[in-house]
Amino acid sequence: MPDPKGFLEHERRVVERRPVPVRLLDYREVYPPAPEALVRQQASRCMDCGVPFCHEGCPLGNRIPDWNDLVRTGAWPAAIEALHATNNFPEFTGRLCPAPCEAACVLSIAGGEPVTIKQVEVEIINRVPSLVPRPAPSRSGRTVAVVGSGPAGLAAAQQLARAGHQVTVYERDDALGGLLRYGIPDFKLEKHHIDRRLAQLSAEGVAFVTGVHIGVDRSAADLRTAHDAVVLACGALAGRDTPNTPGRGLGGVHFAMDHLVGANRAVALGAPDTAPIHAAGKHVVIIGGGDTAADCLGVAHRQGAASVTQLDRYPLPPPARNEDSDPWPTWPWILRNYPAHEEGGTREFAVAVQSFVDSGTGHVSAVRLVDVTVVRQDDERVVSVVPGTEREIPADLVLLAIGFDGTDAVPALRQLGVVANRHGTVDCGPDWQTSADGVFVAGDMHRGASLIVWAIAEGRAAAASVHAYLGGSGSLPAPVTPKAVPLAVP
Amino acid sequence: MAESYPQRQGLYDPSNEHDACGVAFVADVAGRRSHDVVRRGLDALCRLDHRGARGAEPNTGDGAGIVLQIPDEFLRAVVDFELPPVGRYATGLVFLPTNGADEARATTVLEKYAIAEGARLLGWRDVPVDPSGLGASALRARPRIRQVFLAAYDDTGEDLGGLDLERVAFCVRKQVERETRERGVPAYFPSLSCRTICYKGMLTPDQLVSFFPDLSDPRLDSAIALVHSRFSTNTFPSWPLAHPYRYLAHNGEINTIRGNRNWMAAREALIESELIPGDLQRLYPICTQDGSDSANFDEVLELLHLAGRSLPHAVLMMIPEAWENDPAMDADRRAFYRFHACLMEPWDGPASVAFTDGTVVGAVLDRNGLRPGRWWQTDDGLVVLASEAGVLDIDPGRVVAKGRLAPGRMFLVDTVAGRIVGDDEIKAELAAQHPYDDWLHAGMMSLTTLPEREHVVYTHDSVLRRQQTFGYTEEELKILIGPMATGGAEPVGSMGTDTPISPLSMRPRLLYDYFHQLFAQVTNPPLDAIREELVTSLGITIGPEGNLLAPGPASCRQIVLPFPVIDNDELAKILHIDDDGDKPGFKAVRVSGLYPLRDGAAGLKRRITEICRHVSEAIEDGVRILVLSDRDSTVDLAPVPSLLLTAAVHQHLVREKTRTQVALVVESGDCREVHHVAVLLGYGAAAVNPYLAFESIEDMLGVDASLVRRYVKALGKGVLKIMSKMGISTVSSYCGAQVFEAIGLDSRLVDRYFAGTTSRIGGIGLAEIHAEVMARHARAYPANAAELVHRRLDPGGEYQWRREGELHLFNPETVFLLQHATRSRQSSVFAKYTSTVDELTERGGSLRGLFTLRTADRAPVPLEEVEAASEIVKRFSTGAMSYGSISAEAHETLAIAMNRLGGRSNTGEGGEDPDRLYDPARRSAVKQVASGRFGVTAEYLVNADDIQIKMAQGAKPGEGGQLPGNKVWPWIARVRHATPGVGLISPPPHHDIYSIEDLAQLIYDLKNVNPQARVHVKLVAEVGVGTVAAGVAKAKADVILISGHDGGTGASPLNSLKHAGAPWELGLAETQQTLLLNGLRDRVTVQVDGQLKTGRDVIVAALLGAEEFGFATAPLIVAGCVMMRVCHLDTCPVGIATQNPVLRQRFTGKPEFVENFFLFLAEEVRGYLAALGFRSLDEAIGHAELLDVRPALDHWKARGLDLTPLLHVPSTDGARRRLREQDHRLHLALDTALIEAAAPALADGTPVMILTEVRNEHRALGAMLGGQVTRRFGGKGLPDDTIDITLRGSGGQSFGAFVPSGVTLRLYGDANDYVGKGLSGGRLIVRPDEAAPFAAEENIIAGNTILYGATSGELFCRGRVGERFGVRNSGAVAVVEGVGDHGCEYMTGGTVVVLGPTGRNFAAGMSGGVAFVWHLDPTLVNLELVDLEGVGPSDRVALRDLIERHFLETGSPVAAGLLRRWPAAATEFTAVVPRDYKRALAAIRAAEASGSDVDMAVMVAANA
Repeated sequence: MPDPKGFLEHERRVVERRPVPVRLLDYREVYPPAPEALVRQQASRCMDCGVPFCHEGCPLGNRIPDWNDLVRTGAWPAAIEALHATNNFPEFTGRLCPAPCEAACVLSIAGGEPVTIKQVEVEIINRVPSLVPRPAPSRSGRTVAVVGSGPAGLAAAQQLARAGHQVTVYERDDALGGLLRYGIPDFKLEKHHIDRRLAQLSAEGVAFVTGVHIGVDRSAADLRTAHDAVVLACGALAGRDTPNTPGRGLGGVHFAMDHLVGANRAVALGAPDTAPIHAAGKHVVIIGGGDTAADCLGVAHRQGAASVTQLDRYPLPPPARNEDSDPWPTWPWILRNYPAHEEGGTREFAVAVQSFVDSGTGHVSAVRLVDVTVVRQDDERVVSVVPGTEREIPADLVLLAIGFDGTDAVPALRQLGVVANRHGTVDCGPDWQTSADGVFVAGDMHRGASLIVWAIAEGRAAAASVHAYLGGSGSLPAPVTPKAVPLAVP
Repeated sequence: MAESYPQRQGLYDPSNEHDACGVAFVADVAGRRSHDVVRRGLDALCRLDHRGARGAEPNTGDGAGIVLQIPDEFLRAVVDFELPPVGRYATGLVFLPTNGADEARATTVLEKYAIAEGARLLGWRDVPVDPSGLGASALRARPRIRQVFLAAYDDTGEDLGGLDLERVAFCVRKQVERETRERGVPAYFPSLSCRTICYKGMLTPDQLVSFFPDLSDPRLDSAIALVHSRFSTNTFPSWPLAHPYRYLAHNGEINTIRGNRNWMAAREALIESELIPGDLQRLYPICTQDGSDSANFDEVLELLHLAGRSLPHAVLMMIPEAWENDPAMDADRRAFYRFHACLMEPWDGPASVAFTDGTVVGAVLDRNGLRPGRWWQTDDGLVVLASEAGVLDIDPGRVVAKGRLAPGRMFLVDTVAGRIVGDDEIKAELAAQHPYDDWLHAGMMSLTTLPEREHVVYTHDSVLRRQQTFGYTEEELKILIGPMATGGAEPVGSMGTDTPISPLSMRPRLLYDYFHQLFAQVTNPPLDAIREELVTSLGITIGPEGNLLAPGPASCRQIVLPFPVIDNDELAKILHIDDDGDKPGFKAVRVSGLYPLRDGAAGLKRRITEICRHVSEAIEDGVRILVLSDRDSTVDLAPVPSLLLTAAVHQHLVREKTRTQVALVVESGDCREVHHVAVLLGYGAAAVNPYLAFESIEDMLGVDASLVRRYVKALGKGVLKIMSKMGISTVSSYCGAQVFEAIGLDSRLVDRYFAGTTSRIGGIGLAEIHAEVMARHARAYPANAAELVHRRLDPGGEYQWRREGELHLFNPETVFLLQHATRSRQSSVFAKYTSTVDELTERGGSLRGLFTLRTADRAPVPLEEVEAASEIVKRFSTGAMSYGSISAEAHETLAIAMNRLGGRSNTGEGGEDPDRLYDPARRSAVKQVASGRFGVTAEYLVNADDIQIKMAQGAKPGEGGQLPGNKVWPWIARVRHATPGVGLISPPPHHDIYSIEDLAQLIYDLKNVNPQARVHVKLVAEVGVGTVAAGVAKAKADVILISGHDGGTGASPLNSLKHAGAPWELGLAETQQTLLLNGLRDRVTVQVDGQLKTGRDVIVAALLGAEEFGFATAPLIVAGCVMMRVCHLDTCPVGIATQNPVLRQRFTGKPEFVENFFLFLAEEVRGYLAALGFRSLDEAIGHAELLDVRPALDHWKARGLDLTPLLHVPSTDGARRRLREQDHRLHLALDTALIEAAAPALADGTPVMILTEVRNEHRALGAMLGGQVTRRFGGKGLPDDTIDITLRGSGGQSFGAFVPSGVTLRLYGDANDYVGKGLSGGRLIVRPDEAAPFAAEENIIAGNTILYGATSGELFCRGRVGERFGVRNSGAVAVVEGVGDHGCEYMTGGTVVVLGPTGRNFAAGMSGGVAFVWHLDPTLVNLELVDLEGVGPSDRVALRDLIERHFLETGSPVAAGLLRRWPAAATEFTAVVPRDYKRALAAIRAAEASGSDVDMAVMVAANA
């Protein structure tokens, strides 16, 4: 029985992040490992609810109360079993997921402080000395190609390999991991975590092919012919642009992902300063208020930016949940402060860029802003300018982090005869199968840019369908359906 | 004889009858026969009229009768043929078919068997009867009544007499009754004897005399008259079911009857008696099929008696006293009982049995003593024993002794010896008959003395594989097995259950889960296995039985098991018991219960048949212990569910009549919960070895014998509690008693393997059981190992919601939608909520999900023509949740909302703050009266709109409640009249309701206090609840509430939460149907509750017959509950189920939200009404024909269900809903005269003195007057002695109930049970009449359960009283001169002075107040909660003052003597002081002295 009074005796506490001045000097993770006593104490705040909303709040269906209790009692080996039961890669989710589970925690009702679920999760996997491969006891003789090695693809690959199928993962980049590898800075996820997990997958029989861009280097149709099934998990990497903004073509205006990928690649090579888009000494303006923007913020500071300004079209969110519009346990619209935000920079809300100002050399020198209001009308967002609020802020480097427009795997889709929908993502049936027979889809490519937990959940669920499609006996766990959505105000 | 029972129809089953009653006998000790004895017997019967009942027709009684000695002179005078000398002819009335031809056929059968048995028919007499005044039902069922006379010769041609003739008559009677029944021309003999004669029928007491003119004939004489008046729960009593039977009249109920019947049937094979000639086979079955429990009891008693035992001996075999845990019992007597325990299990249940053989007449109470019995003896040798004191008007000057029946004690009058024989003498004589102790020493073996065997530890993989095979879940390990092994008790849960019943679950369920525990309600009480442990026993003996009728040293060659659960080492000892060949009488064999999976259900069936054959052969080979095992399953061989295996073998052996030759031990892998053990025992296992649970504990927590021991203890304690719920005290009588209802099992399966079990809606058969086994097996031997990577066991999700687990109606989505809809007041969101919930119910969430509404049958009406939502909400109420269990914020939120709507909120059982009582906005309209009686004062009652008697609650029917000390904050304690920081316990039973007539009494008491309030009786659905409800309607309840098993917000042991009771759909439909069949529906309102969530739920309930609807969980969720299910821990994070001020700040609920909920709901109901074509709910009530069962059941298990019995509407022309008031007959109360006489006091407090006579029929004396005083003057009442009433005679039950301050009742005479019930400040004095010649302190002055729930006031009793004096007293002061067992039980306040002996178990559960006992015998005190101390100086003053008052009020010589010797006498007193109470008082005193916060100091002390 969990400690019924834990939450009354202990306040919420996460491990202290490394000091800002120190961490800005490197790209290592901002969170040091947490002491065992802290983690166990924090886990004891879990009340083991009769209806665990956290467990529903997690797309993976992580059995959070179960492993909280195991951590509380120090049963770490049992805890990782319970965690792995629903989640192939807790070392990723424990670092990268924004934790809708915590928003749904009963302790967060009425502004309370939820259990540090995410910290408990990552500390469980941090305490696993080695990832023991769990190869299939027997082979099915069927082959599956997984296109894309992000979390969705890897999850599908691991599930299918364990079920006895011969899985090959194709990655167009030079290294595996998808967004995890070069899309996400090391200060959020050091890359050895990926490597350790990949080693387990390899040992379980997953084959990896890097540097092959399906649809370009090799025809997707050919791939389909060569395998009994194909899982497309190519992400939603088509960056959203703002082509009509005057000055978009100026030098120094980049997609955020271009900045991040270059920077992370340089870090991976051990030469951070060789990043192709470098913020050192520059006034950096980041447009957008999401995760990518925050990643750019952290990178820019580490690169030595002179100033960083983050622009958001939406007004300053409230600091705490608005119970009327975002009642518990839904994911609330609140001001989210990432570790990167405490490292510096300013944030402007309810502003829109009117134009990028030319320095005269074809390079951007400033951004012209105006205050805006956004209202919802008939399910459309209507942006209106507040007259007389135009102003300029200096900008040497502008990074567009305003979202994604679906998949960029256009050639592969064309070869398979699959048409993307109006959001640029790929639809599927209830069994995750696209309009092409034997071709399945999972992750952002299906759902659009979303959380890593959704990607893994979809990868697992799609694997279950592929397994059934291949005539596999028994059934693999399928945490979500293609149409599943988080709990929200109807 | 006409058949008077309605046929089984819908959910009504006549076998669910219950009855209770009044019983009495009058005897001339010297055996002098007179008609006067007969007349007095009949008079006493009439004075017990209120203990019997009448049906819808007031002139149809439930039954009355009398047994007399053979009135020889009278008979000679009225027959026209010669009779042999008295004692040499047998005679008796015969109930014959009314049709002449049938009668002739029956008579022919009689003649045949008379000849066959060597008897000769002397002649017939037409018994004169006068049917005028009988009710229509009684007339319809009336048999033709004739009297037959038989004689028999012995070998020498001499007329047989005495017992020899009785045996011949017995053989004739048994065969005639059986054959005439088989031929459809039933002849029934109320008696056929040369010693006694019985007149009885479906009559009221006064009709008995008028119907049988014989009884008024002055020539009819007898020295013994045994009478009985019956209260049946139904109005379908039949003529034969009236008491007395041939030997006895029974007040009570045998709870273990199914098991007793089965065991008797099994014993028949070995029964032989030299005394009863011939093959006994011809007399079988001993227990008549369809006979009532009392009838069967009588039959077995008769057999034991005719086979050579005295009647008292036979009675004590069947109803042994509680010998197991009584260290003070004489060794020989204990040996007598121990020996007889090897022969026969107790017939367990509340029983007061009066018996006679024509020479001796006596009575005995069962071990619990849950029925009243009082006796008087006069100076001229008359003895009267009756359920109540005062049933005969006898000059008080002639009564030389008054006594009572005590638990387990026998009272016997021997009319030949001419004296009363004491209990000790009877038992000592019986115990000395044989060297029982020597026999036991030679025969009995204890498990501990058997040689040890090797302990085997299994590998993790082996354990895991088998956990998978048996469907273990992660949840079970975490929530059940782990905590039981570490904590030694079954865990507790809260907030009911909202998962599908087993046949509706998509998941494979264990067979155990299809069995629902039955529990006692109303017609018999649950027991208190914790506080009254001394009457219970978990011990059982296993081994072969011998001939019941020829006991000897060999009869006790058995093994003693102290516990019904045995560990692996103990099992090994039993299995290897005869390894050395030295104990051939215990040859044990393990029977493998595995079957080839690939052969499917047919293979399963074949294998069970094979096993049955195999065990029969084994028994023939001399095997005496069978271990049914499911060990060693493989990929091909799967385990037969242990329960199926056990029940199949048990019933096979019962049918084969070899069952008593072997012991059944079950080695079970699937058994792991308390409930599982209980079901196995209930279907025949003597002991259970849940080996895999033990191995799981070792695997999970390490090999540590103490863990296993604690787990075994937890199982044992849990089983004891389950038994107690049903009112069963010992495992030996629970074994095979089948006290379960099956829900979702096919009737063919039940008839084959679980015969005798009720299964009303069909369900799964062997095919589905096999499919469930296969599904579990597939996890152990998976086709695809990847499924199990990191997922060894199923997560479970029964107790806590899990994504991959069992379906719950309240899940994150529905909780969220409900809260959001009601908080944001959006009907569209509410519609989403209800459609989501309704969809979940359709998927199996509840039975009602399987119904559809037949909207096409009637033309719809426009919505605007349907009654307004504001009308509909008046039918809604919120559930009974006490202030204390939930916070003030939550409690008042619900109350305010319901008051605004015109609905009703419920206080729960914690009382109500006087501040709220008078606040129309915050009061709760429904005031609950539960077994703890917390805060139940006259003031509380007069301020109620409804008074609800909680007989049971859905979460834990048959169990009590507990508020731990750390939840008893000062503000809670004040309302409950308790001490802060000291835990409060509600006993399992209401100690004033042990039977239906007791409930009638409580209803009457409450109605007297507040005639304006409706009285509710809250029942929980289980099979037979309909007949209980009919009884409750006859007991004059205004409202009957049927709760589902699933509801209940309170904390409860998990097995109760999940496995006790039935869905309300079943209970409600059965209630509606039974009330309609009885013609009683029109006088009661029917309310329903239990997980009602949507408008659809409400309309289904209305169509099934409910007029009002209760909600608890849903409004709590609206108020912010998130189904944490930790209500019992005081850590509710949303400020609802907590008193912690910090947590209460987190409460976010508002009354408006709750109002929104009910208004939305009412709107939905309107929509359904419109669609069904009704303009109001009233029109819809009871129209079950508008429900249909979903045509295509898309469910692999539910396909076999047949819900049509729920939709049955009996064809009567009676109203389907309440149309008229109950007639409470309050105008007949003596209080109406008292109120008139007290008018000046009631007007302005002018003192009045009143003097009047009183009889036992004057019940609840003072209650109505007290209610008037309280209504006018509030809780403080009037100044002392303002209304001073002196009474002479015998006070009826509940004398002085709820009497407030200012009212003094002085009774000269004696009083019955429940004196001073709920005393609220008044003063009661009971003393013998001045003319009484006896020493008062040695005689009984008043009955049982005195001062139950009293909160203040005084009681002085000069004389001794019965059991449970001062139970749950929380403030009254009392002086008494001797008490029975369980004195001061559960007391939480007040002062009790005992100037005489106490019974056993004094101060059990006493957590407050203080008792001063003169010459206390400390061995009789239950020391769990109290310390014994000398009386301190300050207490001495108070004590002396009380004794002085006692002397002044009663003239007690005992008091006078003490005062004379004071202060020396003070040292002879012991103070009984509860430890927690003392600590709390000390904390309060210390805080007051130091000036610190008293409240905080107390709570700190409580939490220390």
